[in-house]
Amino acid sequence: MTQETILIGLAGVLAAAAPVIFAVLGETLSERAGVINLSMNGTILLSAMGGFAAAYTTDNIVLGFLAGMLIGALVALVVAFASITLKQSQVAVGFVLALTCRDLSYFLGNPYMGLPGPRLQAIPIPVLGDIPVIGQLFFRQDPITYISFVAIFLAWVWIFRTRPGLMLQGIGEKPAAAFIRGANVNLMRYVYTVIGGALIGLAGPAYSLAIRAGWMGTISGLDGIGWIALSITIFGGWNPSRAAFGAYLFAFLQWLGLVLQPVLTQVPSQVLQVAPFPLMILTLLLVNIGDAEWVERALAAMPENTRKIMVKLLRAMRASPPAALGVPFERD
Amino acid sequence: MNVELKNIHKHFGTVHANKAINLNIPTGTIQGILGENGAGKSTLMKILSGFIQPDPGSEIILDGKPVVIHSPADAIKYGIGMLHQDPLDFPPMKLLDNFLLGLSGGLFPNRKEAAQDFNLLAREYGFSFDPESYVDSLTVGERQQLEIMRLLFLGARVFILDEPTTGISAGQKEKLFATLKKFPDQAMTVIFVSHKLEDVEHLCDRVAVLRGGVLVGETKPPYVTSKLVAMMFGKEITLGARQPAQAGDVVLSLKNISLEDVRLKIKNVDLEVRAGEVIGLAGMEGSGQGMFIRACAGLTRPVGGRISLNGRDLTGKSYHTFKRAGVNFLPAARLEEGLVPGLNLIDHFVLAEEPKGIFIDRAAGQKLAEDRIQSFNIRGTPLSTVESLSGGNQQRAELALLQTPLSLVLLEHPTRGLDIESVIYIWSKLKERCKQGASIIFISSDLEEILQYSDCLLVFFSSKVSQPIDASATSVEELGQLIGGKGWADTGDEHA
Repeated sequence: MTQETILIGLAGVLAAAAPVIFAVLGETLSERAGVINLSMNGTILLSAMGGFAAAYTTDNIVLGFLAGMLIGALVALVVAFASITLKQSQVAVGFVLALTCRDLSYFLGNPYMGLPGPRLQAIPIPVLGDIPVIGQLFFRQDPITYISFVAIFLAWVWIFRTRPGLMLQGIGEKPAAAFIRGANVNLMRYVYTVIGGALIGLAGPAYSLAIRAGWMGTISGLDGIGWIALSITIFGGWNPSRAAFGAYLFAFLQWLGLVLQPVLTQVPSQVLQVAPFPLMILTLLLVNIGDAEWVERALAAMPENTRKIMVKLLRAMRASPPAALGVPFERD
Repeated sequence: MNVELKNIHKHFGTVHANKAINLNIPTGTIQGILGENGAGKSTLMKILSGFIQPDPGSEIILDGKPVVIHSPADAIKYGIGMLHQDPLDFPPMKLLDNFLLGLSGGLFPNRKEAAQDFNLLAREYGFSFDPESYVDSLTVGERQQLEIMRLLFLGARVFILDEPTTGISAGQKEKLFATLKKFPDQAMTVIFVSHKLEDVEHLCDRVAVLRGGVLVGETKPPYVTSKLVAMMFGKEITLGARQPAQAGDVVLSLKNISLEDVRLKIKNVDLEVRAGEVIGLAGMEGSGQGMFIRACAGLTRPVGGRISLNGRDLTGKSYHTFKRAGVNFLPAARLEEGLVPGLNLIDHFVLAEEPKGIFIDRAAGQKLAEDRIQSFNIRGTPLSTVESLSGGNQQRAELALLQTPLSLVLLEHPTRGLDIESVIYIWSKLKERCKQGASIIFISSDLEEILQYSDCLLVFFSSKVSQPIDASATSVEELGQLIGGKGWADTGDEHA
């Protein structure tokens, strides 16, 4: 494999990860506020279909993306209303929505099956795009991939560097404490769930109007992406930068599966296609290994210095969810 | 600030939690609010701190001006800050973030400036905190100091403290009291809510007593304990004399036990517990008592040594083997580890019985629950879910769930957060068990409780365990020193 093909492949990985990035960032915002939006898998499919249909009908690609965001926001609004206002189980509502939205996308998307529609084109950025290696990787992408880079950064800055972001962390961690510090907990939960939903809704058109242009119904190959994004949210420890790393890792593993196929001919191709999934599970296990009792015992037996380093390492790796995730807030 | 409460009423459904309460608290006083669990203290304080709204017609007057407090954030604008029993902070956050959270200002907080403010404030009040460390690395006492600091920074002039001495060590209590005693000089008002007589007597300039939602009286020093108790309960209550055990055969024997977890290592502890004996475990929270009592329950496996019960070697056996052998454990977290929230009392009693067949005999369960509710004086019905019971009644329910016969009862903070009437009741039930031949090992942060009820005690201090100390031959002062790490050399330090 030449350097050129590797670079093109890796640039492809960055683009292929963009929809997952949006989904993961959206879910991270929502869960940071304490609301699990489990509808993600269905939302992505429905917004992929809806986004494509809107762009096809109006012949305006931007409207396609906006339609996707609107769909995501509306589904999230249902989750928010059911869980915050009606105090129903977020898991049950989200799960049913995931199934409903999926089937709805197949049903409503029938007229648009296999139609040739608009597709987002790559726009190399002048000067930056000419930098060797880096330019090829980062600055010869399509606009939605650029937006995904910026979104990671913005989400991280918002959560960890701004006052409202700090309050967001508080709302998901201990709503009563955020409340005494002046937060309107339930309103904020609505806002973040809906904004998060809109981001998740951006993932759909990012497929159907860019990397896998068109709507192919059940063979679009998008079913399941939402569940992967959900696990990457956990892997990412509710931190945008770590979550982005997870999304890139997943896209990279998928690409590796494709590239290795011609080389590892004795391995059945199905194994390589499926491999990214168990690999993601293993990574998840590794992240939370510090909580296991046998690990604690092993640590206790280590010499003092090694133990301290290991404990620090495990603590840095460990990701604990927002403590009030899925717990309704009532003002006494 | 002068705080005046006028004709405060509060209904929760049919429950009249506060009835026509009138109280005037002058600037610069430390006002005690005393009452048993459920007397309406918390309701009154939640009204003053904006958490809940009083019924129409109630009035809150600050420095002569009537105000309506809509929320806790509103309250702090008026200068009223509340320190909650379980500090309302954010354990996984850095101290600085916890401090910044909720402060007003631009989109991007200036962390450097905030850290300076934080350090300045800490120095002024004699606290030592590293703004870059994490809240969950602090003890409950330190978290209270942190919260006090935050409220001071927000300009609180009235401090409401809700049962602040529950769950903190004696040393931290002293430090807290020292801090509070400085407040009146700065024209600040302190409202100290508690059911602990000695704390109130020790700290407060005046005391108001609530009973059944009514303010039954106010007193000033010198306080007469028996009079305060009579006001709290509407009748005289006394602790009674210590009842030393008539010790029988050895029930539990620990030989050369060593325990380890990530933070702590306890080495070579020997202990023999005889039938009817009560052993108290004293020490700062997290000094190894929790691990020790869990080892006695079969929940933690010792890394060395032998445990035997009534002569039978149980080393390395499972919790269920211990339980079948007659060991019962009541953990501190009643609703998390001891009881099942969502299930009612019938469910609990049925679950605790030996199963007879696969189907539940509801009628028998109802009968059983009614019997136990009566014999353990639980305020609730067979259909009450456990989380709807008050803390004292949850603890009574747990006692009612203990199996019979029993060799060993292990209790973690058996009376934490309970009023004195419940405490006396719970210990009378436990002492009954002792008379039937059971032994008790319990953890408590209340030294007086340990001295009053145990025959013998062990002190834990940073992985060290003292030799058994005769409870009748020691004092709160001596124990306090040991817990704080003083005087270990002359009490036998061979376990270090």
